[in-house]
Amino acid sequence: MTVSDTRPTAPDPAAPPPAGPGDRRRAWQRWLRSTTTGSRTFSVLVTGVLLVVLFGTGSARYENFGSPQVALNLLVDNAHLVVLAVGMTFVILTGGIDLSSGAVVALSTVIAASLLEAGWPAPVAIAVVLATGALLGWLMGAAVHHLQLQPFIVTLAGMFLARGLCFVISVPSIPIRDPFFQSMAQDVVELPGNTFLTYSVFIALAVLAAAVWVLHRTRFGRTVYAIGGNESSAALMGLAVGRTKVGVYVISGTCSALAGLLFTFYMLSGYSLHAIGMELDAIAAVVIGGTLLTGGAGYVVGSLLGVLVLGTIQALISFDGGLSSWWTRITVGVLLLVFVVVQRLTTRRARPGT
Amino acid sequence: MNRLTRSPLLWPLLALAALLLFNLVVNPGFFAVRIQDGHLFGSLVDVLKNAAPTLLIAIGMTLVIASRGIDLSVGAVVAIAGAIACNSLVSAPDPTSAGAAVVAISTALGVALLLGAWNGLLVSVFGIQPIIATLVLMTAGRGIAMLITDGQIITVDNDTYGWLGGGHLLGIPAQVVVAGLILLTVALLTRRTALGMLLEAVGINPEAARLAGVRSRSIVWTVYVFAALAAAVAGLMISAQVTAADANRAGLFIELDAILAVVIGGTSLAGGRYSLTGTVVGALILQTLTTTVYTVGIPPDMTTLFKALVVIVVFLLQAPRLRAVMARRRRPAPPPLPSGGLPDEAAAVLTGGPALGDDEHTPAHAPAPTASGTTGSGRGALR
Amino acid sequence: MRTTPAGPADPAAPGAPSRPVVEMSGITIEFPGVKALQDVDLRLFPGEVHALMGENGAGKSTLIKALTGVYSYDSGTVTVGGTERGFSSPAEAQAAGISTVYQEVNLCPNLSVTENIVLGREPRRRGSIDRRASRTRARAVLSRLHLDVDPDSTLGTHPIAVQQLVAIARAVDTDCRVLVLDEPTSSLDAGEVAELFRVVRALRDSGVAILFVSHFLDQVYEISDRMTVLRNGQLVGEHRTADLPRLRLVQEMIGRELATLEDLERAAAHPVPSDAVPRLSGRGIGRTGALAPVDLDVHAGRVVGLAGLLGSGRTELTRLLFGADRATSGELRVDGRPVRLRSPRQAIAHRIAFSSEDRKAEGVVGDLTVRDNLLLALQARRGWLRPIPRRTGDELVAKYMAALDVRPADPDALLRNLSGGNQQKVLLARWLLTEPRLLLLDEPTRGIDIGAKAQIQQLVAQLAADGMSVVFVSAELEEVVRICDQVVVLRDRHKVAELDGATSSVDDVVDLIARGGRS
Repeated sequence: MTVSDTRPTAPDPAAPPPAGPGDRRRAWQRWLRSTTTGSRTFSVLVTGVLLVVLFGTGSARYENFGSPQVALNLLVDNAHLVVLAVGMTFVILTGGIDLSSGAVVALSTVIAASLLEAGWPAPVAIAVVLATGALLGWLMGAAVHHLQLQPFIVTLAGMFLARGLCFVISVPSIPIRDPFFQSMAQDVVELPGNTFLTYSVFIALAVLAAAVWVLHRTRFGRTVYAIGGNESSAALMGLAVGRTKVGVYVISGTCSALAGLLFTFYMLSGYSLHAIGMELDAIAAVVIGGTLLTGGAGYVVGSLLGVLVLGTIQALISFDGGLSSWWTRITVGVLLLVFVVVQRLTTRRARPGT
Repeated sequence: MNRLTRSPLLWPLLALAALLLFNLVVNPGFFAVRIQDGHLFGSLVDVLKNAAPTLLIAIGMTLVIASRGIDLSVGAVVAIAGAIACNSLVSAPDPTSAGAAVVAISTALGVALLLGAWNGLLVSVFGIQPIIATLVLMTAGRGIAMLITDGQIITVDNDTYGWLGGGHLLGIPAQVVVAGLILLTVALLTRRTALGMLLEAVGINPEAARLAGVRSRSIVWTVYVFAALAAAVAGLMISAQVTAADANRAGLFIELDAILAVVIGGTSLAGGRYSLTGTVVGALILQTLTTTVYTVGIPPDMTTLFKALVVIVVFLLQAPRLRAVMARRRRPAPPPLPSGGLPDEAAAVLTGGPALGDDEHTPAHAPAPTASGTTGSGRGALR
Repeated sequence: MRTTPAGPADPAAPGAPSRPVVEMSGITIEFPGVKALQDVDLRLFPGEVHALMGENGAGKSTLIKALTGVYSYDSGTVTVGGTERGFSSPAEAQAAGISTVYQEVNLCPNLSVTENIVLGREPRRRGSIDRRASRTRARAVLSRLHLDVDPDSTLGTHPIAVQQLVAIARAVDTDCRVLVLDEPTSSLDAGEVAELFRVVRALRDSGVAILFVSHFLDQVYEISDRMTVLRNGQLVGEHRTADLPRLRLVQEMIGRELATLEDLERAAAHPVPSDAVPRLSGRGIGRTGALAPVDLDVHAGRVVGLAGLLGSGRTELTRLLFGADRATSGELRVDGRPVRLRSPRQAIAHRIAFSSEDRKAEGVVGDLTVRDNLLLALQARRGWLRPIPRRTGDELVAKYMAALDVRPADPDALLRNLSGGNQQKVLLARWLLTEPRLLLLDEPTRGIDIGAKAQIQQLVAQLAADGMSVVFVSAELEEVVRICDQVVVLRDRHKVAELDGATSSVDDVVDLIARGGRS
């Protein structure tokens, strides 16, 4: 008798039947079951409801707010923030944070604008921007992982470095006249109902889709969640903890660079003072989207909703002539507070044994 | 000598010395201090004067970091304090009177107290991670400041208030006097009372502190309140210097500078032992750097780049020390075990052998942690 | 130092294969200053549950880590399936079919049961993780273990017991030949243990070799076929469980032969007047999941020992008496007045002091000086606004450092640079400074050298003679019996007996621990 003989070889009779027509219904039931109060799916749902309520309020109170184009403009105006928030989500899921992303956005606009000004072809400029973002991300990830420095302080240094490099390249704002960039800024995709979207929106949504796939359908993605759940367990389970930790910073750096490109399409200029504090918007969007800042739980789709909530608040305030722009910050702060306190309460309850 | 080379202050001090020396070479008059109208003038005096707000905030931040926390909201508090003081001044019956200035300053400090208490409440009572808890006020705070100033830059004209930003006492700039006094108070308060010791105990080993009966909650609360107060004083200085409240730009990113000053000064973000002297050196390094950039004629916007470079250099220089600390703290189990980890009878074995001497040091020499390969962690790389 | 010859070479269980799947021999692991393991052998047979026994510090975990590739060993050989090999990482050991489930569940609570089972080896289809196949595989392994767990539920929503079972499911999802269970039952209740054992038996019957570590004798006798006993890093013996009486096992673990037990010199007993009000009196003190309700009286000038194996509830009881954990049942009285202890501060206000068994995590503030550590509790009671005056502090520190012979005699040394014994003395002094009336000492002599140990024992006797009440916990029964006026015996989280220290012997206590009944 050898041990391996005792392993079941035939398909286990208790195993579920192969996929059939009822499979989709079961998947739906499973999802419903997992959507209990306090679960992550629930948080995303709450953010979704909040978005609908905010938008509904706007439609009821202001003329034209409810028009489809206003809704689509939320995406058009925030495509770069979506990409930024996606990258940030990766880092936060591992329990880290990336303070450098806003500065990398600015650096990307400056690099792109100055290269184009120097006559480089657009594709090369774009490649250089993306490579710079990835390189900065890799450096920070390596410092976090190999030097065991805290993500907060490493990415803070990264933020200063990126901002400083902007000024080295150019202090004044550089306008962009490159035809490709111009067309990306101005061309729109007509949609039925006399509405439109920019190409940037499609890029952002493609990044989002890719992120969903990576996080949920690859081992890398599962390792991201595992690290956020319990890093030492992940190591004991034999997962590639080091590679993944460096990887999320590379992803965040690349996303920041791409967000910088989208922002360049939007602003058509490279300026070292662009995107000041944008990393905070991204962090706020991620938290409002239901991702735990302690890591391990959350969805990129939630981050998209978070960005849209921020965008809707901004739209509401600009539609209401009487409210000043600073109400945006206060509202976002209050929302953050509510979400953070609720997160705290739900995680406390979810912990078994207490 | 050995003691000197091992001092955590060595590299920061050398960096500061190098910066000062560089300035001396570029500008031979850098060290000159002259007296004009009974006031001290000179580049060094300017460095001290301009470093004062950051230094003040960094002092508060040092205490917060010692308690294993962090306070991101101080920049927002700077803006709010300036906004409240200026708002109070312009709405006073006699905006130029000393009385109005006292009321304005007291109001600003009172509000800062509440803001600090709010942060402390979130951290010590609700148990929210400090970085997240203070992020709330960081985000909302500047909006609140704008709300107070109604988005305008409020200019004031009050000599008493203006003294905070441009006055002198015995020839020394008011900022330096105020910051020095507060530094002295904090040093006395933490070293002459038991606050410093209890604070460090809470930061080093919260559970041991709890079991020893330390009131961790109120201590943590206190440091957040103090950090907000220090930020408010800095905010008043900044606003008094330009005799205006600019809710948008006042204290922008000053929290990051303060945290950098603390970290450069050798206080670990992990909490515990702190060094006020280190923080002072850190703040001076940052300000000297800024001054140097001006002196040399580099566009001032590029200061951030040099800041980043200095930070990176200081970190790399301190890295061996970090490594040593880590190697000592880590157990011979798979390396990154922030919590939980292996149920550790190893510790029992290490501490439990007959006539075993120094158990704290044992793990560093224990058999090679062969698991480091799998975790791919820095342990292997560090060795 | 072997007290018995190594176990019979004849595996002899009917039906069991004669060749061990794992054979470790002559394993030695040295840490500086101490041999953690010395020439230890271990054999695991397929289809058997093998218990690894030993008190704290015996080397059980070290041996397991040597087997699973966490530690490397200095000498000896590990043979797996007939070929000699060692592992340099847990992953390597796992690849060779040796999986480990630790006491603390090493899974990710934020992921689903399925994900935890297949994490890192998910089935893939066209580059994507195949979720359906993952779920099928998880279901298959769960049903193989007859576990009714929803594979899509989040792991963290389940009780620890279920998480433990999922960890086992993960371990056997790969081709698992050896399953190491390191104290899997320490936080489970009786029903959960039964469920775990059902799974363990199912695995055993399918031919897996199981190495089982537990402090609960009942469980070991229920589940194991064979056991290896370690003590102080050395092999005491290998036995078939059926051939080893419990009393014998406890003697082997604790290290005393009945015949060689000497009469111990005792401290003079401190008599209690019959009408005296106990300084501390507990009725039905307990905490759900940690300790069944216990009655306990501690009189002035008496030393009460808590005897029992690790996990018997001895630590849990002292923590409840100090308010470090909150009791969920029972009533406490101090000097006859009812009190509720919700926090250590409240206990300290009643002049109760507590020295934790986990010195490093719960006592030592390593980066502070010896002086600060000494003064910490006293200062905490005074509050930060009333610092201990420098001179008074210096005098107190000098006095207590001398009285307890703390070395080096430098109050400004960082505490983490002191040896374990001296750290312990500092922690004791920290509490003595507060002049407590009741001193709770949880394993104050563990892991410290002989000299320091003797000094601490003398100190306890002296303190009691001066009128202090002491609750003394130690794994070394001999020490408990010698020092204590009264011995409370705990077993499996229940109080089983209370003995008079003056008239009982180590044998009596061993007997109670082993059998659980009153003698």
